[in-house]
Amino acid sequence: MTLGTLDVVSRCRLWLTTATLALAGCAGPFPQSTLRPRSDLGRAIDHLFADIFWWAVIVFVLVETLLVVALIRFRHREGRPAPKPTHGHTALEIGWTLAPAVILVLVAVPTVRTIFATAGDAPPEALKIDVIGHQWWWEYKYPTLGVVTANEMHVPAARPVQVSITSADVIHSFWAPALGGKRDAIPGHVTRIAFRADSMGEYSGQCAEFCGKSHANMGLRVIVDADSAFETWARAEQGGPATPAPASPAERGKAVYSRSACLACHTIQGVSPGVIGPNLTHVGSRTTIAGGMFPNDSAHLARWIADATALKPGSLMPRMQPPLTDGDIALIVAYLQSLK
Amino acid sequence: MSEAKGFKSWLTTTDHKRIGLLYFWTAFGFFLIGGIEALVIRAQLAQPNGHVVSAETYNQLFTMHGTTMIFLALMPLGASFFNYIVPLQIGARDVAFPRLNGFSYWVFLFGGLLLNASWFAGPLFHAGMLNVAPNGGWFGYANLTERQYSPGPNIDFWMLGLQILGISSLAAGFNFIVTILNLRAPGMKMMRLPVFTWMTLVTQFLIITAFPVITVGLAFLMFDRFFGTHFYVREAGATPILWQHLFWLFGHPEVYILILPAMGVVSDVLPTFSRKPLFGYTVVVYSGVLIGLMSWGVWSHHMFAVGLGPIADSVFAGTTMLIAIPTGVKIFNWIGTLWGGDIRGTTALHFAVGFIAMFIIGGLSGVTHASPPADLQQTDTYYVVAHIHYVFFGGTILGLFAGIYYWWPKMTGRLLNESLGKWHFWLQFVGMNLAFFPMHLIGLLGMPRRVYTYSPELGVGALNLVSTIGAFLIALAVLIFLVNLWRSRTHGQPAPNDPWGGATLEWSISSPPPVYNFSVIPTVTSRLPRWSTERHGPMQDPPAVPPGPIHVPGGSWWPLVAALGLPVMALALLSHTLWVAFAGVALLIGGIYRWAFEPFEV
Repeated sequence: MTLGTLDVVSRCRLWLTTATLALAGCAGPFPQSTLRPRSDLGRAIDHLFADIFWWAVIVFVLVETLLVVALIRFRHREGRPAPKPTHGHTALEIGWTLAPAVILVLVAVPTVRTIFATAGDAPPEALKIDVIGHQWWWEYKYPTLGVVTANEMHVPAARPVQVSITSADVIHSFWAPALGGKRDAIPGHVTRIAFRADSMGEYSGQCAEFCGKSHANMGLRVIVDADSAFETWARAEQGGPATPAPASPAERGKAVYSRSACLACHTIQGVSPGVIGPNLTHVGSRTTIAGGMFPNDSAHLARWIADATALKPGSLMPRMQPPLTDGDIALIVAYLQSLK
Repeated sequence: MSEAKGFKSWLTTTDHKRIGLLYFWTAFGFFLIGGIEALVIRAQLAQPNGHVVSAETYNQLFTMHGTTMIFLALMPLGASFFNYIVPLQIGARDVAFPRLNGFSYWVFLFGGLLLNASWFAGPLFHAGMLNVAPNGGWFGYANLTERQYSPGPNIDFWMLGLQILGISSLAAGFNFIVTILNLRAPGMKMMRLPVFTWMTLVTQFLIITAFPVITVGLAFLMFDRFFGTHFYVREAGATPILWQHLFWLFGHPEVYILILPAMGVVSDVLPTFSRKPLFGYTVVVYSGVLIGLMSWGVWSHHMFAVGLGPIADSVFAGTTMLIAIPTGVKIFNWIGTLWGGDIRGTTALHFAVGFIAMFIIGGLSGVTHASPPADLQQTDTYYVVAHIHYVFFGGTILGLFAGIYYWWPKMTGRLLNESLGKWHFWLQFVGMNLAFFPMHLIGLLGMPRRVYTYSPELGVGALNLVSTIGAFLIALAVLIFLVNLWRSRTHGQPAPNDPWGGATLEWSISSPPPVYNFSVIPTVTSRLPRWSTERHGPMQDPPAVPPGPIHVPGGSWWPLVAALGLPVMALALLSHTLWVAFAGVALLIGGIYRWAFEPFEV
C-alpha cells in the first residue's frame, strides 16, 4: 500500500468518524451543531427530527433499492421477448398512495404535538429577556433585572427563560442551535422562544436571516451559568460602571471618550447616553467584541476603534473625524477594559 | 414554404422551432454565467475565512446565482422544450400566437441582459464595476430591500429585471395554454396528450396564476423605492411580513413551475427506453395536476421562523406533507414503468433515472423541514441549500439534460455522442453528490446560508472543501457536454426521423422538422400513436413531401420592437429620466399597434 492510498484511507476514516459523530450528536468540535441539544426545547426538536430522519432513511433505502433492482433486472439483453405493454395496476396505485399517507400521519402527529409544546410560552416565573437585532449585533435587555448588554447573553441553568425577539432595523433571526430553533427578529413584531438550559457552558450562535453586508459577522454567545454565578453576574451588571483609578490610563481614556463622538451612540451609565450602538457600561466583562467576532483584547479593541469597517464590512460605527491618535485609542481601550 | 436564412430571419422569426433554439442557447448561456457565479461562491467557501471576494461581492454573487438559475436558466430551458416540442407532440404547425411567442423570447432576453448588465453598470452610478448588481438575495426580503437599507441601484436592477421577465412568462403562459387546448391534431384527446405536454399545460396555469402575485409584490416595492409609498415600511404601520407572504405565494408554485416540466420529460423518456407504456398514465397526469393545485396551499412553510403561531404552523405543515403523496405516487409509477421493461441504457435514460434517484433525496429532506419544529433548526442553513439543490439540480437539471439528450437529434438533425454523454452523466452525478450532500451536514452543524465567511471553529471547513471539489467536477461535466454539442455539429451522426423508437408524434417527421412540421396533419387514434397497441397498429408517418402548398406565416419585426420598449422603460427608472420613459412607452405601444395591423400575408 502506497503512502497515497494510506492517506486516502485515513481520510475516509476521518470522514466516517466525523459523520457518525455528527449524526450521533456526541461530543465533538462543533460549537454550533444542532445535533447536540442542551435545553428542553433543543431536545424536543432533536427527538422529532430523529423520528423523521429514520422514516426518511427507510423510504430512501426502499425506493432506491427498487429502482436499482429494476434497472439491473430489466436491462436490455439480446433475445429478450418484447415487454408486455402494461398500462397500470389499480391495487398497486392505491397501495402506493396509502403507504406514504400512513407514514406522513406518523410524522404529522408528533409534529403537531411538538409545535404546541414548543410554541414559546414559558411559565410566569421565567426569566424574561428581550432580544433586539441590529445591523450587525444583538442587544439584550433583562426588564426585571434592569440589565442591558450586547452579544453575550447570560442565563441561569435549569431555570425557564422567556426570550422575546424583535428588531430595530431589518429582519434578523436569533439562533443559538444548542438551545433550540431559531426565531426571526422582525421590526414591529415580537416573536418568542422559551427554553430551560440543562447544562452549563458557553454556546455560540449567529444571525440566520440574511440582513445585509455583514450578515456573516453577526454572531452571538449564550452563557449558561450556575445559579450563583448568574446572580453575581446580574448584580455586577446592575451596578454603575467601574470608576477608573485616579491618574490611571483608564481615567485619561474616560476623558478622551467623553470628548469624542463615541458618546453619541454608546451608553456608559452616568457617562454617555447614546442608544444606537451597544451599551458599554460593563463592556470589559464581555469575552468578545463586534458581534462575537473577535476576542475582547487590547489589540482587537484598538483596531476596532481605529476603523471598524476594516474588521467588519459595512459596520455602522464610523471612523472618528478627525481621526483619533494611536495614543488616544490606547487610552480609550484602557478605559473600556476597566469597565468590568 | 422554404425556410428563410440569415441573421435578419432570426430577429423576425415566428417559427416555434427557431424560437425554441433561441431560448435554448440564451438560457444555456445564462446557465453558464450562473454556474461561474456558483464556482466563485464555492471558491470563497472552500476554506474558513476565505478571501476570494469581498462581503459585498459575495452577496451580489449569491443573489445573482439564485436569480439567474431560476429565472434565466431553468425556466427558459424548460421553455425551449415547450416551444420546440409541444407543437410537434400535439400535431400542430406552430403555437397559437407565433408573434406573441417571439415577443416572449425577446422580453426574456432583454430582462436577462438588464439583470446582468448590473455587473458592469457601476461606473454609470459613480460606483466601481461589480458594485451595483442585486445584493438582497433572490427572495429580496423587505424591509432590507427598501431604499433606507439598500440605497443603491442594486435592488432596482433586480426588481425591474424580474418585472420584465414576468411579462415574458405570462405571455408565453397564455400562448401555450391556448396552443395545447386548441391546436391539437384530430383525435388528440386530452387524455392522449404526451405527459410532457400535460405537465407543460399545468406549468403554464401555475405561471399565469403565480406571476401576477410577484408582480404585485414587486410593484409595491417599486412604489416604495421610487415614489416613497410605505407598503413594507414598519415606521408607517406596515409590516415587512407582507412581502414574505406575496413572495412565497409566488415562490412555492414557482418551485413546481421548475420541476413539473422535468417530470414531464422523465415521463416521456422512461417509456421510450423501457419499450413499455408509462405505468399509470392517468394517475401520473392527475398527480401532476394535483401537485399544481396543492402548490398554492403551502407557501408559509417558508416562513415557520416568522412565528405565525401554532395553528398556522400546523396547517401549513399538514398541506406540505400532503404534497409528498402525489409526488411519491409519480416516483412509484416511474419505477413501475421500468419494471418489466427492456431498458436501453442511453444517456437520456441515465439522466432520467438520475432524476428519480436524486429527486427522492430532495423530497425526503423536504419532509424533514415540512415539520415546523425541525425546520426551525434547518431553515436558513446549508441544510436547506442541500435540499433545494437536490430538487433543482438533481431534479430539474438532470431532467432537462435527459430532455436535451432525447430531443437534441430532433432539434438539430445530429445525434450526440453517447460515450461523451455517459462521461458527462457520471461526472455530473458524482460531482453533484460531492457538492450538495455534505451541505446537509454543514447545515446541521450550524452553518447558516448566505454567509460570505465562516469561522474555522465551526468545524465545517473540510466538508466545505469537499463541496467545492464537487462543484468543480460539475463544471468539468458541463464542459464535456459543451464539447459534445460542438462535436455533434460536424461529427454527430445524422439523425433519422426516429432514432429512439419513440411513440409520440414528434418522431414521425424528419429531424430537424420542416418549417411546416407536418406535411399532413396526422389523425391520432391512441395515446402512443407510433406504437402498436392491443387495438391499433402503429400510425402511418406523414409523407416526406407535402401533397399541396402549406401556408407558413412570415416573420415580423414588431414583437422585437415592442419588447424593446420594456428595457427602455426600465432604464428610465434607473436613470430617473422622464423622456426615456416616454420613448419606452412609444416603442411598446407603437410596436403593438403595428403588430396588430400587420397584413396577414408578409
